[in-house]
Amino acid sequence: MALRPSTELRTGLLQSMMGLLLLAQASVASAVLTIEIIGAGEHQIPVAIVPFGGDSKLAQTINEVVTGDLQRSGLFRLVDPAGKSPHELAEVSYPDWQMRGADALAIGTVALQTNGRIEARFRLLDVVKQTELAGQSVSANNDQVRAVGHRVADLIYEKLTGDKGVFSTRIAYVNRQGKKFSLMVADSDGYNEQTVLAQNEPIMSPAWSPDGSHLVYVSFETGHAAIYVQSLYTNQRMVLADFRGSNSAPAWSPDGKQLAVVLTRDGSSQIYLIRPDGSGIRRITFSAAIDTEPNFSPDGQSLLFTSDRGGSAQIYSMPVGGGAEQRITFGEGNNFSPRYSPDGKGFVYAHFSNGKFYIAAQDFQNGQVEILTAGGWEKKPSFAPNGKLILFASEARGRGILATVSSDGRVQQHMFTQSGDAREPVWGPHL
Amino acid sequence: MKKLVISIVLVNLLAACASEKPKAPEAAAPVPPPVVTAPEAAPAPAPVVEVDSLNDPASILAKRSVYYPFDVSAVQDADKPIVVAHAKYLSEHPDRNVRVEGNADERGSNEYNLALGQRRADGVKQMLVLGGAKASQIETVSYGEEKPKATGHDEASWSQNRRSDIKY
Repeated sequence: MALRPSTELRTGLLQSMMGLLLLAQASVASAVLTIEIIGAGEHQIPVAIVPFGGDSKLAQTINEVVTGDLQRSGLFRLVDPAGKSPHELAEVSYPDWQMRGADALAIGTVALQTNGRIEARFRLLDVVKQTELAGQSVSANNDQVRAVGHRVADLIYEKLTGDKGVFSTRIAYVNRQGKKFSLMVADSDGYNEQTVLAQNEPIMSPAWSPDGSHLVYVSFETGHAAIYVQSLYTNQRMVLADFRGSNSAPAWSPDGKQLAVVLTRDGSSQIYLIRPDGSGIRRITFSAAIDTEPNFSPDGQSLLFTSDRGGSAQIYSMPVGGGAEQRITFGEGNNFSPRYSPDGKGFVYAHFSNGKFYIAAQDFQNGQVEILTAGGWEKKPSFAPNGKLILFASEARGRGILATVSSDGRVQQHMFTQSGDAREPVWGPHL
Repeated sequence: MKKLVISIVLVNLLAACASEKPKAPEAAAPVPPPVVTAPEAAPAPAPVVEVDSLNDPASILAKRSVYYPFDVSAVQDADKPIVVAHAKYLSEHPDRNVRVEGNADERGSNEYNLALGQRRADGVKQMLVLGGAKASQIETVSYGEEKPKATGHDEASWSQNRRSDIKY
């Protein structure tokens, strides 16, 4: 069977490569040092990944990335190829893999082409049915071998779980080291860190534009909290809102045409809508309390936000058009930082009670609350674009770290950056 | 108030003259005119600064911070005299401006704490204005939990970080 190259995939990859190349002018920090995985999924799919043939150095990196991605998702159990290394379909003997207990098998080759690009060709095989599930080629510039690995892992993930993979997406977070703050963008596994902005004043609340081309964030560089928008392709930045007091908590609408922000220019912290060029400011909450951390529903019609109008911080919802605000979290403790799930059926948030922060999820329909983590200093959750993982800020060994938990709470991973405290993480969109 | 300052300057100048007098006899008797130039040479401005109660460590104005219980943004009774004293000072010194910086402990989201710090700072501003200061003399900002004075995860640190600072 012929390989089916996907032009769509290539275009997407090219765009992200361009972004990465332009970003490369910013300093490249060291990679994440350690990743710890805690727990395991309920039903893990046994899959064998045979290191690709061809360029052995490229193949090794791709193998590390693919196996690392699949393992961290918690949905797969890696089956040891144990001496078998087919690279072509003709070399595959299905009984070998049935014997090893694999349900699926990935094989392929990788080569550095004369034009300097990496090309990986791979096949995903159903060992039980003895059929090919996918055959694809992935290509990228020669300095983007990890991106090739993430694409391969995404395709395997999608074919075997039915959900779109998120390994090729990026995350943003703030690294604090003493008084130095850096706004970082990295691959979903924490590698390939790029510094977007570094300064000696705080940076808070990064958020992605829906197309992944821009970050909006809060910076104190002029002595108070103001909101900036920055292109990840050109690094060009502009002030979005810089009124008296605090300008903060930016969130992009799903169609990219407006942002919700929090301003104190008229009194207490209230939510306003604003266009990406800073025009058309319109206030949409009118309380005397704190209204902050707005987040758009996937259909762009509603907002979740944090308010203390009832006496302590809780989550509320409202139509973007204004009016009919409704409290949606109750019970003991305070709740912060709501984020809709990508399917719009529920939301995650940070729950604070008895001196600890937890990552919690709530279903809109039945109101059921699920505490997803063991509790500690766990803040600022955000969904991966496929809704299967939640990224959040945590703390371990006295340092701020990045962590993820599967949406069923079963699998957690901790990502330790090389130094400093990682905080305010946010998962970016599919590119 | 300006009048008061001027009169104090005069008193100081007179004092300088007075202190200069004993020196004159020590100088050569045939040259008395230098007495006239002496007041010009006297370091007149320095004593004025000492008179500014803002710089008096014993004055209540030396206290520039107010503290809060958890998730509270109203100035506490114990700290009200501090804010009232600064209000009075600002009303008497319309040329002086302050920046009120609100802070919060880390028990909340960073954004909620930014809003809480802003409300704390704005609360101090409100009290300053009630006490006679002009709103235009006061700028308020919040650092939320971003610039902690103490970094521990305990009440000893948190209590220091729930704070508004009045900065001249």
